[in-house]
Amino acid sequence: MHMIDDGIVAVVKRECPTCELVLPVLQSIDRVAPLEVYVQDDPRYGDGLRRVVDDGELEVSYHLDIETVPTVIRLEGGREVSRVVGWDRDAWRALTGIPDLGDGLPATRPGCGSKTRDPGMPVKLKVRYGETGLRSREIEIPGEIDPVEACFDRGWTDGLPVVPPTRERVLEMLSGTRRDPQELVGAIPPNLAPCTVEKVAINAVMAGCKPEYFPVVLAAVETALRPEFGLHGVLATTNAVAPVIMVNGPIARAIGMNAKGNVFGQGNRANATIGRALQLVVRNVGGGRPGEIDRAVFGSPAKYTFCFAEDEEDPRWESYAVSLGYSPQQSTVTVFAGDGNTPIIDHTSRTPEELCRSFAGCLRAVYHPGHVVQLQAFLAVGGEHQQVFYQAGWSKQRVKDELLKLLMVPIEEVVPGRAGLGGLEEWKVPVVDGYVPKFATGSLNIIRAGGSAGKYSAIISSIGGNQTIRPVTGEIRL
Amino acid sequence: MTQPQILLDPTAETAAVAQPRLRRPASLAGLTIGLLDIAKPRADEFLDRLEELLKERGLLTKRFRKRAFMERAATELKQRIRSECDVVIEALAD
Repeated sequence: MHMIDDGIVAVVKRECPTCELVLPVLQSIDRVAPLEVYVQDDPRYGDGLRRVVDDGELEVSYHLDIETVPTVIRLEGGREVSRVVGWDRDAWRALTGIPDLGDGLPATRPGCGSKTRDPGMPVKLKVRYGETGLRSREIEIPGEIDPVEACFDRGWTDGLPVVPPTRERVLEMLSGTRRDPQELVGAIPPNLAPCTVEKVAINAVMAGCKPEYFPVVLAAVETALRPEFGLHGVLATTNAVAPVIMVNGPIARAIGMNAKGNVFGQGNRANATIGRALQLVVRNVGGGRPGEIDRAVFGSPAKYTFCFAEDEEDPRWESYAVSLGYSPQQSTVTVFAGDGNTPIIDHTSRTPEELCRSFAGCLRAVYHPGHVVQLQAFLAVGGEHQQVFYQAGWSKQRVKDELLKLLMVPIEEVVPGRAGLGGLEEWKVPVVDGYVPKFATGSLNIIRAGGSAGKYSAIISSIGGNQTIRPVTGEIRL
Repeated sequence: MTQPQILLDPTAETAAVAQPRLRRPASLAGLTIGLLDIAKPRADEFLDRLEELLKERGLLTKRFRKRAFMERAATELKQRIRSECDVVIEALAD
């Protein structure tokens, strides 16, 4: 690219009506001053002008950072000294020093968008001409190889196809955050590999995320790295747990997450891809792969992705995040270990007491009816079950208190061994009047989710809950 | 032919380094044997018995314990074992 050092440069598009309007003006300038006209779409624009340059590749437009056409720029000694965007008679006269320029034309007329601002174009141009700031190793995939297959071949996928992480897509993803791509997010287990915002972005692209999901993905990764969550244990264990992500607050609605029908199921892009992005970070950056460090006996489909928004619609119960002290205006992620979900079906209970007995019966069976330590659960109360509690005026805390009362296990029913009797001593669980709590070491948490029709609730069970593998909540920074 | 495509590496880009194993000592005589309990239940039973057997043979032992089995051993613990022992036996049990 070589522009004139002294004179006027105009950037135009033939399809832009304002650019057509100013053609006679440019012809007037051309007669008295050095003028170079760069045309983004069709170099037939400006027949008769002395210097018309085809900028179909947008190189000049990119370097001049053109947002609107027409743009006129005055250069002196190779440096820009003034610029006018769109048609503005007085401003053009001032820039060119031609007093009667554009006589007979309207005083002003806005221009059109520069082709450099077409959707997807800014990142393409940045890759083509600019400094991307990306630091990850570039891998060239020959033209005859399908990049999706290349990702499989390199072991980068969870078994499903991934979106190939091109530089353009990664730059788009990074536009979803103000954070520096080279900022360290943390060390990802099991290899404790340093992970930058850029590496998270690459994996978020592969998972299929949109840039507006990216702050949620970053918060999920950072929250999962907090020591009390115990990500190493979650990914390595013989148990079935996956890292589950629950999103609270306005961002869940802003990015269209599902908190309602089929909440734990397929079909919502944000739910599906945010959970998957975290798992791809664990796999690709951390090196946590099944058959290697991941020793799960069964695993779970939740290990592909398990992410949802809590249903915060009805104000009668506070959300999980609000119960932790966050305000309803704050957006948070809560990361907890979960095996998938076990439905509770109760079509008959009409009182909170009856419903709590149903819940307690199902919760009692988690892992084993006599298993009382090293387990925890999230109980997701579905729409119609919520109504039973609302109508009776029961708070969420009251439901929880009632459940904990019902979930006292007679000591003779506690299984021997680590998860039961052995664990009581180890975890210093007091036996009161021959009973121990089912959730002796871990927490029972109540959330709301799911469709409004059907009398269902669900249990997301998990190991842990004492020293590590605890639910952890973090704020989403936009 | 389609143009080649550039993809960005999603991994940590840490090439695996093959660590050579330490040479096994010809004899344990005079060496300090670290016994590391990873805090899985009943690991201590296994190590107690092992320690008994080692002591019967007149060998020196030292006991160590991780805080929780689901956590990686703390760096300080690893450094202590490294500085105080010649060999280590790590016990996993359940």
